[in-house]
Amino acid sequence: MSEFVNPPATAEVPTPMQRDRATTIFERSVPGRRAAAIPASGVPGGDVPIDELIPAELLRDEPARLPEVSEPEIVRHYTRLSRRNFDLDSGIYPLGSCTMKHNPRLNERVAALPGHARLHPAQAPARAQGALELIWLLERSLSEICGLPHVSLQPSAGSHGELAGLLLTRAFHAAHGEAEQRTRVLTPDTAHGTNPASVTMAGYEVVKVATNEEGGVDLDDLRAKTDERVACLMLTNPNTLGLFDRNIAEITDTVRAAGGTLYYDGANLNAIMGHSRPGDMGFDIVHVNLHKSFSQPHGGGGPGAGPIAVSDRIEPYLPVPRIERVEAGTGNGDAPEARFELRGADDHPDSIGRLRGFQGNFGVFVRSYAYILSLGGDGLAEASETAVLNANYLLARMREGRAGKYLPVAFDRRPMHEFVLSGSGAKRELGVKTLDIAKRLLDHNMHPPTVYFPLLVDEALMIEPTETETRESLDGFADAVEAILAEAESDPEIARQAPYTTPVRRLDEAGAARSPVVRQQLG
Amino acid sequence: MSGYTSVTDGERAEMLATIGASSIDELFDVPAGVRLDRDLDLPDGLSEAEVYERMRALAGRNADAESEICFLGAGMYDHYAPAIVDAIVSRSEFLTPYTPYQPEISQGGLQAMFEFQTAMSELTGLPLSSAGLYEGPSTVASAGYLAIGATKRRRFVVSAGVNPQSRETLATYSAGYPAEVAGVGLSGGRTDLDALAAAVDDQTAAVFVQYPNFLGAVEDLEAIAEIAHDAGALLVAACDPIALGILRTPGDCGVDIAVGEGQPLGNRLDYGGPSFGFFCATEAQIRRMPGRIAGETTDVDGRRGFVLALQTREQHIRREKATHNICTAQALNALGGMIYLSWLGRRGLVELGELLVRRTHYARERLTAIDGIEALHDAPIVREFAIRFDAPVERVLDHCAAAGIAAGVPLGDEYGNGLLVAITEQRTIAQIDRLAEVLEEDLRRTADSREQTAGAAT
Repeated sequence: MSEFVNPPATAEVPTPMQRDRATTIFERSVPGRRAAAIPASGVPGGDVPIDELIPAELLRDEPARLPEVSEPEIVRHYTRLSRRNFDLDSGIYPLGSCTMKHNPRLNERVAALPGHARLHPAQAPARAQGALELIWLLERSLSEICGLPHVSLQPSAGSHGELAGLLLTRAFHAAHGEAEQRTRVLTPDTAHGTNPASVTMAGYEVVKVATNEEGGVDLDDLRAKTDERVACLMLTNPNTLGLFDRNIAEITDTVRAAGGTLYYDGANLNAIMGHSRPGDMGFDIVHVNLHKSFSQPHGGGGPGAGPIAVSDRIEPYLPVPRIERVEAGTGNGDAPEARFELRGADDHPDSIGRLRGFQGNFGVFVRSYAYILSLGGDGLAEASETAVLNANYLLARMREGRAGKYLPVAFDRRPMHEFVLSGSGAKRELGVKTLDIAKRLLDHNMHPPTVYFPLLVDEALMIEPTETETRESLDGFADAVEAILAEAESDPEIARQAPYTTPVRRLDEAGAARSPVVRQQLG
Repeated sequence: MSGYTSVTDGERAEMLATIGASSIDELFDVPAGVRLDRDLDLPDGLSEAEVYERMRALAGRNADAESEICFLGAGMYDHYAPAIVDAIVSRSEFLTPYTPYQPEISQGGLQAMFEFQTAMSELTGLPLSSAGLYEGPSTVASAGYLAIGATKRRRFVVSAGVNPQSRETLATYSAGYPAEVAGVGLSGGRTDLDALAAAVDDQTAAVFVQYPNFLGAVEDLEAIAEIAHDAGALLVAACDPIALGILRTPGDCGVDIAVGEGQPLGNRLDYGGPSFGFFCATEAQIRRMPGRIAGETTDVDGRRGFVLALQTREQHIRREKATHNICTAQALNALGGMIYLSWLGRRGLVELGELLVRRTHYARERLTAIDGIEALHDAPIVREFAIRFDAPVERVLDHCAAAGIAAGVPLGDEYGNGLLVAITEQRTIAQIDRLAEVLEEDLRRTADSREQTAGAAT
């Protein structure tokens, strides 16, 4: 901890950014200003009044009150806003289960190629062969990584993949005459909130499965709840504690034997690429978060994509449209050429149907395929190794000193790519909650871990450094937590009142919930 | 070692020593039975230049809107997105953060969401807006989920004027909700109001229409709202956000939920995504809204600030009782939309809408003046219209493609095998004339060959 300097612990003198009151783009509006120049219609014979083309009763009375601003004002406004965001390019971002790994800029460059960015989704397949081939190549790559033969890239996000998986489950059971009987979906109590929310949207009932002492699924509880009413088990493995379930084979065998499908939430796939595959563990359906393991930038809350890979028994029900590679032999013994086609419900009558418009978040596919090409099979395996190494190294650092004293490991096993600490010690002995530690980390210019999740850990801190952090940055994080706890030993108020240096300080979220102001009132 | 990680061999050894493990393998606490005992069957990694070349080659095999004249629409449109959109959304501070769970260091993203909600609320004439959902068709399905919660009914009545992709998506989701989906046809290009009135009953949770509809026609939302509300159902309108710049607002017409595809607002075509969906509703639905919503508040020193509001609706808090399972706000895409709307501004959006109306009417007149082409309907249109001709649509499209024109989206059997033609400000009068010439040439040739065949037969 040489030369470690604590950040300010007072907000008496506001920073320049704190003095700069938030102003919306609407408040910058001055009547008469503008940025865009709209061309003349150029219609021969000149323009007739618009209500000669559309009946007046179908037209707006007043224009929408959009801002009236010039281009430089727009650029300044959003540049100013951007400075009020912390981002991955500014420092460590160890949000558990979010996999905040570096976003390669090559991927942005290739996504912006006109052949991708300006390709209309209704273009005839024969004239979009490059795009369809890219989709097919990414499908094949994900199939190999997941160990499952069939892939649909259509789901727009992990949550969308979950819903898809449950609708596939429903279709599978309906085809076997068991739709009425199977009404329950098992989810461990460590599951992400999306899992139970998806279960309800798909018309199923959530049945929670307990966690055992070593942080895995409680097998006795699972067996007690697994019967002919179970439609599916949704499992994250490694789970949200960062632990690979030692009984994974027994778990999948149990549910399969009872006739349920097995859904693997791939949120934590970054731990196991090239080392273990959901298909080999016995799962039927996997969703992959391309914005986690495959480097699509998170964008401040989207976009992402949540492709699914499935087993043979689920394949007939996959969403449409599907991509098909058709061998087209040249007839003279040359290497066969292939063409790629889009197939709809006519070709796949058992499909659950369409989950969204067009072919999915193609721009995300481009970035993730570029990432897979860059790393290759070995590189993906190495990425997972380094993610696991970094997490274990940071955990080792967090076992030292005050972190070791006040922030015990929740389930003391060797974690994979993330781990969960409990802030219960700091709360009890220092009077400093996990939230306070998180807020004080902001003053250190670091993003805090995921907090208060998973729910079964008191005062949880869920830490996922990812493979793209350096050892120095991991040490820096451990040093910052140590410094915060040392500060709290002498004056817990410092953390309780933090942060001090951010553009705004702690915000009144309860007030925002009581009387929500969710849009600006415009004059 | 890939260039995206930085652990050297020496560091790895030191880190393992700190951990107390002798090898990386020892860190993988994974049962032997499920370990992959071989390398992934994927190609070796490539250099940046090699990846670029590989991707460029794939992109080069697509006919994009830069290399041909694009009249394709049906939900996504080739509008010009100004350079400032790319410049701003490419900034690391917007591109690389996660969802704003730590509001003190996410004020930029949260304020952008708040501005976006304000703008979408202005466009739709409805007081509430989510920060952004996946994309267009899935917002239609999400509106159905809200309607079930609001009405405790499980039947949807959907106009044939709703984009078939949206209808299919609603049907897919409805298998799970569960809900029954009934259809209503068109008359004169617009929703058949008599058929609608007959189809809506006291079990109907929501009526779904599109504005303008799939064939480009502007629906009479007010009349439809009356039919829906008389039966106690909600009215959901899937809207084109550009058209909302000039059309009466859904809120003004009595629509309860206005949703839609955000791509036309400054987002790339990207072969269909990512873009964003928007979701606006009446005040009554505030606790049932799907997705993220930013709200205004103050910090401990009284400074104005923004947070994620109403989080008790959401999956990470409410779990199985959440109003939706969605996490994403398509924040970067919605930001692009907000920048675009700021760029157009109050007057620009109206001017753009009027430009589209004028050129679209010109195009419809120009095309339907051709012998053998007729309009599928003559209802009011804004930016898209449907035509029909006596020749195989696919063959005509091939002919146009050979002339460097993507002439339109073929309409299926349901709509009489027509062609849907979309106009943006990037389609000039000269390009519309060129489309007319190519279509005319092809149809005349068809007619000539038909006459020859007929002549040979007699």
